[in-house]
Amino acid sequence: MLEKALIKESNRKFWVWILSLLVVIGIAFLAYIGQLREGLTVTGMSRDISWGLYIGQLTFFVGVAASAVMLVLPYYLHNVKEFGRITVVGEFLAIAAVIMCMLFVVVDMGMPMRVLNVFLHPTPNSPLFWDATVLTGYLLLNLFIGWNVLEAESKGVHPPKWVKVLIYISIPWAVSIHTVTAFLYSGLPSRHYWLTALIAPKFLASAFATGPALLILICYLLKKIANFDAGKKAIDKLALIVTYALIITLFMIGVEFFTAFYSQVPGHMAALKYLFVGYHGHAQFVPLMWIFVVLSVVAVALLIPRKTRENEKTLIIACAAVFFAMFIEKGLTFTIGGLSENPFGGITEYIPGVSEIIICFGIWAIGLLVLSLLYKIVVSVKRETDFANGLYNSQETLKHS
Amino acid sequence: MDMNRRKFLKIGGAVALGLSIAPAGKVLAGVKGNYAPNPEALKAKNWAMVIDMKKLEPDVEACIAACHKEHNVPDIGNKKEEVKWIWTDDFNHLFPDEAHERLGEKYGKKQFLALCNHCENPACVRVCPTKATFKSKDGIVMMDFHRCVGCRYCMAACPYGARSFNFKDPRPYIKEINPKYPTRTMGVPEKCNFCAERLAKGLLPACVEASKNGGIIFGDLDDPNSEVNKVLNSEFTIQRRVSLGTKPKVFYIV
Repeated sequence: MLEKALIKESNRKFWVWILSLLVVIGIAFLAYIGQLREGLTVTGMSRDISWGLYIGQLTFFVGVAASAVMLVLPYYLHNVKEFGRITVVGEFLAIAAVIMCMLFVVVDMGMPMRVLNVFLHPTPNSPLFWDATVLTGYLLLNLFIGWNVLEAESKGVHPPKWVKVLIYISIPWAVSIHTVTAFLYSGLPSRHYWLTALIAPKFLASAFATGPALLILICYLLKKIANFDAGKKAIDKLALIVTYALIITLFMIGVEFFTAFYSQVPGHMAALKYLFVGYHGHAQFVPLMWIFVVLSVVAVALLIPRKTRENEKTLIIACAAVFFAMFIEKGLTFTIGGLSENPFGGITEYIPGVSEIIICFGIWAIGLLVLSLLYKIVVSVKRETDFANGLYNSQETLKHS
Repeated sequence: MDMNRRKFLKIGGAVALGLSIAPAGKVLAGVKGNYAPNPEALKAKNWAMVIDMKKLEPDVEACIAACHKEHNVPDIGNKKEEVKWIWTDDFNHLFPDEAHERLGEKYGKKQFLALCNHCENPACVRVCPTKATFKSKDGIVMMDFHRCVGCRYCMAACPYGARSFNFKDPRPYIKEINPKYPTRTMGVPEKCNFCAERLAKGLLPACVEASKNGGIIFGDLDDPNSEVNKVLNSEFTIQRRVSLGTKPKVFYIV
């Protein structure tokens, strides 16, 4: 089946796209070589802000990876047939996202050549050890499941029974990867912004908004450029999931404000003040946070009314708004904001390094590359099966027109 | 037993794999040699420190200099990436739970010595994914610079800002290299180690030695007759951020 990723595509644009991704990856690789030589000094990280863009985005993409469960669970446990066509699209999105997560961990390490020490000296009391373990497991699960289900489909047979077992395992596993990622943060003394049991549920809720929103955008894109139609019903169902998950996320972000500002405990208020209005004369993230607020409001306003939720144009705007809002909240400001108030009561600012940003783009490009090749396989297989099922006739109509 | 070619190859393969990786077990388990401890080594079950700021005041700079010289601590020269094992800061900054808004500058800005607290319940040890940071038998929070992957989780976990990271190669920033203590590579964090290497030779920590007026008292917290316990029983002492449950082992006489 792998050959389907490589067979000649009449669509030239596809290979131009792949080539440009490779160029970005190449440039980022050079930047990473630079980081290996110079050290993490090329990043904006500091003694106080010891985690920055890399770990922030790791957190965000774990959410994207976990969100595949929003297709798998309804399809396999509740027999939501509309999702049958796109569960593999979700699983392959998870694969690309987990690969990005792993790369973000590795580029963040001061000693990446020792990365296997995490498994050579397993330390069960460290959430980071568990994070590495569950992410690896999740990658393997989705590879096996996605591949076997798709291969069975391409051969016109049912997938082997053991795949079903893996699918059931993958459901709680998806929840586990984001829970463990939340535990990286929520168990640290003195980091007030993170020290709340709400982090794990908030992460999961925001993941279940972000991932399906991204999937909707991907589905529209596949429809436009690859003639792969996910089906209107599937999109409508996904949009409903995005709506509920987004509202739950915003609710959880909101209740943090009540706890902090009604209790008036300074430590609880500090990070929220810093992020949203500025604190001790520092206001680095204030514009970003207000963009987040505006995007969230726009998304909610477009998603709640059925008319705009089920209209392609407004749904695309809403999904893009959800994705970028959550990227700001989780991928950029959550990690850095939690470290901004240093242990000595001061505020440290964070300006990412040029190499750091280039390396981030490189990892995005690797994610897109993996995704593009995997989706090429999906689209080819679906095209063949659709043809076999007699559903595929657009080419015929094209010929005749 | 029903044995076909496929099954035979499967079992055979599994056996061959098992045999080929069996010797790795020994390697992974680690070869443990025996080392006789130095008979002159200073021994304790739980090293701790009491800092008497009144007595220490004239020697503060000497303490810092002695430590940083002893341990090849680089002078990076910018706040973003500075490396420090022991330093001074305002009372307000180090003791946020004790400081209050109306505390005058006289006490609020009074300088106190800060270093790793060698907590009895250290958050940094708890989060380390490779046990590169660990607690030694004598209660010192130590680091294995050769195992550390440089994930900086310990830095996020430490409530005392005790850890510094080598964002770049520290060697060019060391004025005079002390050959008795290793320099670090870039990519790993570092912090005070209560001079474990000196204790092993029967010497007191460098800062204790440099505090000529007895401003730093060092001893065994588990020994009721130790100097540290005598001071703790007779003087009013405080600690940094007790409410976090880390059980620091550096005490301060205000």
